[in-house]
Amino acid sequence: MLDVADLSATVRQRWPPRRPGARTLARAAVVAVLLLFVLLGLPQLLSLYYIDAMTQVAVYSMVALGLGVLVGRVGLVSLGQVAVLAIGAWVAARLLFATSMPYPVVLLVAGLITMVAGMLIGLPALRLRGLYLALITLMLAGAITVVLKNVNFPNGGHGFTGYNGSSVHIPPIRRPSVASGDPAYFRYAVVVAALMFLLAAAHIRTRPGRAWAAIRQSEPAALAAGINTTLYKLWAFALASFITGVAGGVLAGAVHYLYSIGFPPQDSITLLAVVLMGGAYSLWGAIIAALLLQLLPALLNNWGVSADWLTILFGIGVLQVLTTAPAGLADQAPKDLARLGRLLLALARRLAPSGGAAK
Amino acid sequence: MRGDGAAIVVTDLTVRYGGVTSLDGMSVTFEPGTCGLIGPNGAGKTTFFNVLSGFVRPVAGAVSAFGEDLLSIVHYRRARWGVRRTFQTEQAIEELSVFDNVAMVHEHSRLNGASRRQDVLSAVSFVGLDVDPATRVKTLAAGQRRLVEVARAVVGRPKLVLLDEPAAGLPDEETEHLGAVIRGIPEQTGGMTILVDHDMSLVSACCATTAVLDFGKLIASGPTAEVLRDERVISAYLGTAEIEVA
Repeated sequence: MLDVADLSATVRQRWPPRRPGARTLARAAVVAVLLLFVLLGLPQLLSLYYIDAMTQVAVYSMVALGLGVLVGRVGLVSLGQVAVLAIGAWVAARLLFATSMPYPVVLLVAGLITMVAGMLIGLPALRLRGLYLALITLMLAGAITVVLKNVNFPNGGHGFTGYNGSSVHIPPIRRPSVASGDPAYFRYAVVVAALMFLLAAAHIRTRPGRAWAAIRQSEPAALAAGINTTLYKLWAFALASFITGVAGGVLAGAVHYLYSIGFPPQDSITLLAVVLMGGAYSLWGAIIAALLLQLLPALLNNWGVSADWLTILFGIGVLQVLTTAPAGLADQAPKDLARLGRLLLALARRLAPSGGAAK
Repeated sequence: MRGDGAAIVVTDLTVRYGGVTSLDGMSVTFEPGTCGLIGPNGAGKTTFFNVLSGFVRPVAGAVSAFGEDLLSIVHYRRARWGVRRTFQTEQAIEELSVFDNVAMVHEHSRLNGASRRQDVLSAVSFVGLDVDPATRVKTLAAGQRRLVEVARAVVGRPKLVLLDEPAAGLPDEETEHLGAVIRGIPEQTGGMTILVDHDMSLVSACCATTAVLDFGKLIASGPTAEVLRDERVISAYLGTAEIEVA
């Protein structure tokens, strides 16, 4: 048996594991460079068409992040996330028309109100899992869609719903004054998304993340460890809904006009498919999912190919993920790239004249 | 409260799953220290643990633990109160590190957060887990995962540690090591242990007293060596498991 003091001394160096270590620093540096490039470089390189598409990617990366927390961290499958997004967009639009609150405050309030609504949707999750939870959330999403169709999105009218039936001169939903143009708004959306990713990461690395990991693997083990599984499941729904509500607020400003037809319940199914393909266990997976969901259709439209083909592609993709790569592209792509790199290296060595590649 | 005779008093405990009666008016007392609980497959041992953990609600009966009505405590609060357990199929959380697996129990207890690291490391070293605590559990071997589970059960100051077949599937030398760990639990934690296992040499080596369940009923209880010689115990096991009475 080990001596406690001895072990403690070793651990003092390694725990928390390699905090200022090279790997963590390198990772942080990569993220920082990538973020800087996306904020400063990307808007210069892209046409307005693709900047708008990338704004949608930023919005849906948050939506995918929320679903990723539920599916990947806690093991709760929700098929109602697009309806939650619609709630966030609705609340934000209503606030933006009715008040002159600063945009960040609107996002925060939209996130909080959506959080409450999302927790109500999550209530069945306290009793159900798997297919039945998926079914219930899908039906709740359907119900929300029906309500939205009748209430309509606010378009500058008065009263609680803020809907102006005549709809001849519909004022656009406002954007923050610092980000009225499309490139600026794209940057704004990226910053908000980055903050949401930080929020999720902070959860995953601390107490709730540990509790979720336990719940996902074994609820009895979680209970036996003293974890209030009900509380932590609701917490997961709260976090996911908050993030999705904020995404709805960003979406409202991005598109200027919102229609209930833009939030069909079946989009939640596609969302789950791309989240699984991107990788539900990784934060990168949410970004990949958003690229699949928003950039790919934009590319296809630009090339004159119908985006409907994507349904088939996503179907094949999910099948592939479920059979061979359960952690999705975020896990598989680096491995495949490394394998490709080794192959190319081996090929280069073989092709290189003797001696050159030996040392 | 500890030390005044029986620590756990079970009275007329009855559990039914549909038409199946898993525990049938079970009455038994457990003394402080390490107690064995044995019986053929399906005798109700795990069901009894599930009652103590709060996963199963009995239709009748009472469990008093150190003078408190255990059944009135909500399941997730029982760990905070002091009930800890391992599972028949080991349940160390794969995604988390060894440290986090154990710290997770500590952070949901009433224990002081300032002593968390020390307590967790002390539990890890107590079970003799010779790995970097930052190692992810999914990279560990089966025996090491068992030890992670045991470390989770002993961290802090548990009052009652329930071990459900901790030696199942372990090679002999690991079982021997586990036996030494189990014998050390009362001294390490100040709590008591109930050990369920089919390995009679492990039970004999760890437990001063042993209770025997068969078809949900207590058929014998007392000093381990005497219980293992009991006619009824031997006949209950006959044909179902090989029994070695040393």
